[in-house]
Amino acid sequence: MSQTTAESPARKQRAQLRVRTLRTDRWWLAPALTFAALLSFLIYGFWAIFDKSYFVEPYIAPFSSPCWTTSCPPGARFLGLAPIGDWYTLPPGLLILGLPAGFRLTCYYYRKAYYRSFWLSPPACAVAEPHGKYTGETRFPLILQNIHRYFFYGALVIGAILAYDAVLAFRDEHGNWGHIGLGTVILVVNAILINAYSLSCHSCRHITAGRLNHFSRHPLRYKAWTFVSKLNAKHQQLALASMYSVMIADLYVRLVAKGVINFPFA
Amino acid sequence: MERHEYDVVVIGAGGAGLRAAIEARQQGKRTAIVCKSLFGKAHTVMAEGGAAAAMGNVNPDDNWMVHFRDTMRGGKFLNNWRMAELHAKEAPDRVWELEAWGALFDRTKDGKISQRNFGGHEYPRLAHVGDRTGLELIRTLQQRVVALQQEDEKLHGDPEAYIKVFAECTITRLLKEAGSVHGKDGAIAGAFGYWRETGNFIVFDAPAVVLATGGIGKSYVVTSNSWEYTGDGHALALLAGAQLINMEFIQFHPTGMVWPPSVRGILVTESVRGDGGVLRNSEGRRFMFDYVPDVFKDKYATTEEEGDRWYTDQANNRRPPELLPRDEVARAINSEVKAGRGSPQGGVFLDVSTRLPAAEIIKRLPSMHHQFKELADVDITAEPMQVGPTCHYIMGGVEVDADTAAASVPGLFAAGEVSGGMHGSNRLGGNSLSDLLVFGRRAGAGAAAYIDGLPRRPVATGVEEAMAEAVAPLERSGGENPYEVHHELQRTMNDLVGIIRKAEEVSEALQVVEKLKERAKNTASAGSRIYNPGWHLAIDLRNMLLVSECVARAALLREESRGGHTRDDFPGMSPEWRRKLLVCSAMPDGSGVTVEEKDQVSMRGDLITLFERSELEKYLTEQELADYDAAVKES
Amino acid sequence: MGYKAKFRIWRGEGGEGRLEDFTVEVNEGEVVLDVIHRLQATQAPDLAVRWNCKAGKCGSCSMEINGKPRLGCMTRMSTFEETETITVTPMRTFPVIKDLVCDVSFNYQKAREIPSFTPPKDVKPGEYRMKQIDVERSQEFRKCIECFMCNNVCHVIRDHDENKPAFAGPRFLMRIAELDMHPYDVLDRKDSAQEDHGLGYCNITKCCTEVCPEHIKITDNALIPMKERVVDRKYDPLVWLGSKIFKRPS
Repeated sequence: MSQTTAESPARKQRAQLRVRTLRTDRWWLAPALTFAALLSFLIYGFWAIFDKSYFVEPYIAPFSSPCWTTSCPPGARFLGLAPIGDWYTLPPGLLILGLPAGFRLTCYYYRKAYYRSFWLSPPACAVAEPHGKYTGETRFPLILQNIHRYFFYGALVIGAILAYDAVLAFRDEHGNWGHIGLGTVILVVNAILINAYSLSCHSCRHITAGRLNHFSRHPLRYKAWTFVSKLNAKHQQLALASMYSVMIADLYVRLVAKGVINFPFA
Repeated sequence: MERHEYDVVVIGAGGAGLRAAIEARQQGKRTAIVCKSLFGKAHTVMAEGGAAAAMGNVNPDDNWMVHFRDTMRGGKFLNNWRMAELHAKEAPDRVWELEAWGALFDRTKDGKISQRNFGGHEYPRLAHVGDRTGLELIRTLQQRVVALQQEDEKLHGDPEAYIKVFAECTITRLLKEAGSVHGKDGAIAGAFGYWRETGNFIVFDAPAVVLATGGIGKSYVVTSNSWEYTGDGHALALLAGAQLINMEFIQFHPTGMVWPPSVRGILVTESVRGDGGVLRNSEGRRFMFDYVPDVFKDKYATTEEEGDRWYTDQANNRRPPELLPRDEVARAINSEVKAGRGSPQGGVFLDVSTRLPAAEIIKRLPSMHHQFKELADVDITAEPMQVGPTCHYIMGGVEVDADTAAASVPGLFAAGEVSGGMHGSNRLGGNSLSDLLVFGRRAGAGAAAYIDGLPRRPVATGVEEAMAEAVAPLERSGGENPYEVHHELQRTMNDLVGIIRKAEEVSEALQVVEKLKERAKNTASAGSRIYNPGWHLAIDLRNMLLVSECVARAALLREESRGGHTRDDFPGMSPEWRRKLLVCSAMPDGSGVTVEEKDQVSMRGDLITLFERSELEKYLTEQELADYDAAVKES
Repeated sequence: MGYKAKFRIWRGEGGEGRLEDFTVEVNEGEVVLDVIHRLQATQAPDLAVRWNCKAGKCGSCSMEINGKPRLGCMTRMSTFEETETITVTPMRTFPVIKDLVCDVSFNYQKAREIPSFTPPKDVKPGEYRMKQIDVERSQEFRKCIECFMCNNVCHVIRDHDENKPAFAGPRFLMRIAELDMHPYDVLDRKDSAQEDHGLGYCNITKCCTEVCPEHIKITDNALIPMKERVVDRKYDPLVWLGSKIFKRPS
């Protein structure tokens, strides 16, 4: 100890309070809402992966892009390619699911969100968690959270593809440029939010310049860091906004594809 | 009972105490740091503006001589000039040293320590970190202590082998060896105190004690000082036979918060004015232009336009009068409020919101923004603050030797606010943090050198008496409530020995203090010895009363107005009084104090010739001016 | 203006104790600490509370008010309903000495386990040259007033006392980040942050940031960047390889 205080045998005990928390506000509300939001995303995602109506000219549902299997309709194939071949018969979305899912699963914001709302560790600040033991992210499997930056690189690729898809949505069903439908707007907004979310990532902040100790020697990287830091302050908002935008965009395309939505400017 | 043997016991863990302890340990002395609060909580954290050191990073014209002149001017030439000289010369090294220990000051463009303007300083001089410089200083010193402990752990296997912190421990008596090697008056042999936590007693055997206990603000109602500031070091020194000087000089910081009542007195940093904030009365007038005293006439702007230009072009304009030394500003605010031109809650307006963009205010004054938002629900980027004078700092303290910080009692040293002389009759903002570092180090070194010259360790006596005194309030029942006695003392000092003093009022205060001394002898504290604040206060009352008596007695004697001492019945500065110091000593039984006059030592020739004759004429007697002329001729 | 407020305050010594009810006067503009002081002066002279500056600058009066870690001096009474019963308890994570005063020596112990600032040997005092942008990150962490509420609220030790030896707590993991980002610190702190000071225990649930009275972004600016720095060292083969091939000063 760097300071010494008087010793007294009776005092090495915490205040005995036999309640989990003395908080009087509705501390359970935030984790409950987060739980509902994340759960809805999981359920939707599960359904969407197995849903087959993921493409309608010129829109492709984000959950199934890039589409790289022979089972994809030709217009849906990313850059017109189908490198996977026809041996693959499972839903095409499954192939690329790992990247965005892994990115969100290991994201510093989502970790906070699900540790609190699913694992209750802790459910809210100054509310006791129900677990007897806790080792955090020190051992397998949670130590794998440290590979977040590789998912970030993958997320950059996915973000670029979604942006490309959004650009393609400016064509009409015959492939002529100049079309703008509600779907175009939705895909563009989604692409912006997804990319903003990816760039606001803590790993991205670290890679731009966070790892340096002398910003002044790297002015361009410092500029990038400053920009990413500004986005990073909104990481939680972007994480949630992009989660909903991708769900909405995906559902919208599928509904158009199914013919449920068919008004003129769809 | 717990008993420890050390070479040096440092009482107080603020800037001065920690710097002294670090020095003593670096010189190989086994050092104990004893403090009333937790380690790292000392009042130094409250210092906002910065540490004054003539590094010349912002204006290369700055040097120790300019700093020395500013300090003497600020103190109205009553300063111990040798202290002011050492302070001005050594402050830069002490600041740089902090950087090597991990402090992170704000930077200039070329990467040096940035320096800011402050009241009374001719050039930008204050090394700072936003407006939390004191915190940076205490944390750096605290971390330096930890670093030394880590070193000791590697060398000796015990981190506390050479430096140990005794936190939440109060010293109530210094112990002496009667009739020691140093003559019949004895020498320091240790200290006696109690653990706040358990109430158990503790004795230190040590040949040297460094007092670094800070000030006395808790004798006043409206104060920026924390509960710790009960004048412990002042009283301990008195009771050990040392003298206090300049006790009549108390600095009332011009800008304390006035609302809400519970935070009344909490400081609003001078940087607000240094960075462009202006003072206005209820009529919207920048009244400070009406209060520039003659001695400062040629150094301050006469129009608002010139004052405003100064913030961007300091070479060609004079500074605005908001940046006059603190005593002038405090008196001006006091007069405005008395004249009925105050703000709704009894202060004046300090406005930065119309002077700087909101983002700039938040960047430059983050903790002020935070403080007003949290405590008063006022957004200083959108509306003016209400401020008024608050008891802030005592210039007076233990009379020490400038070079070694040694008091008259062998083995006793003092540094920081508890020592007297350095700041004369008024301290410049920013000179406190540098004072802590410069004289903290000197006190540590002085104590180490003193020990090296001792033939043998002294033997402490007087433990029994100290114990009986400490335990007394717990053994009485049905006596006075210490909180009430304290409150009455605070009211008395605030109302009768405050910013403006009159002979009748100060005499009345002395009578009240006498009565309170009687009542304090009968205070009773309910409860056990374990962490009992009522008991702690009952013990501290002795110190506050002794010190208050010093302040009042000295204030009654000094028949002039100078710096932190303003007599309504003697409004002018007197060259005759400048030559005199008022020295307080305790009566042999410790029941009261006596005050005597003592001549001030004349300034060394090479120092006094740093000033223009025209300036000195405002302060010195004819005789002294003749000496000055002789010195000029000689050089 | 004034009204009578209902308070429930934990009182006891060395862990054993109970919540005691008080009714006490409250005036306009007061904070919780003022009310506790009024209780001391009028009803409970030996009610123990640690405090010092009363301006939110020293971090002494940490307590839990209605279950939330707060500084007593910075919690305005106007944030409560007049009819509300306000519960005040000591910090839960540390042993209690008496009433609202805890033994916080855990924190000082941890402070001493973090290796100190280590500058290069050849730089003399006065020769340091650092750009403002290079010191700003560490400066944010040095705003810390050591109220220890982040360590108090952190569930890693709050709910699991057994983790105390292995975990330095947010305060001191932030101190490691502060030194690791210091332009002049030459000590490598990445491995030890993970191995010796328990950075891996942090699951970034951000309660430390939520309770920080200085509004330091402990999680986003200190803990996560530090985790990323540890990844560089321990879990990222590419960075490791890159650092072997291109030896560049960072």
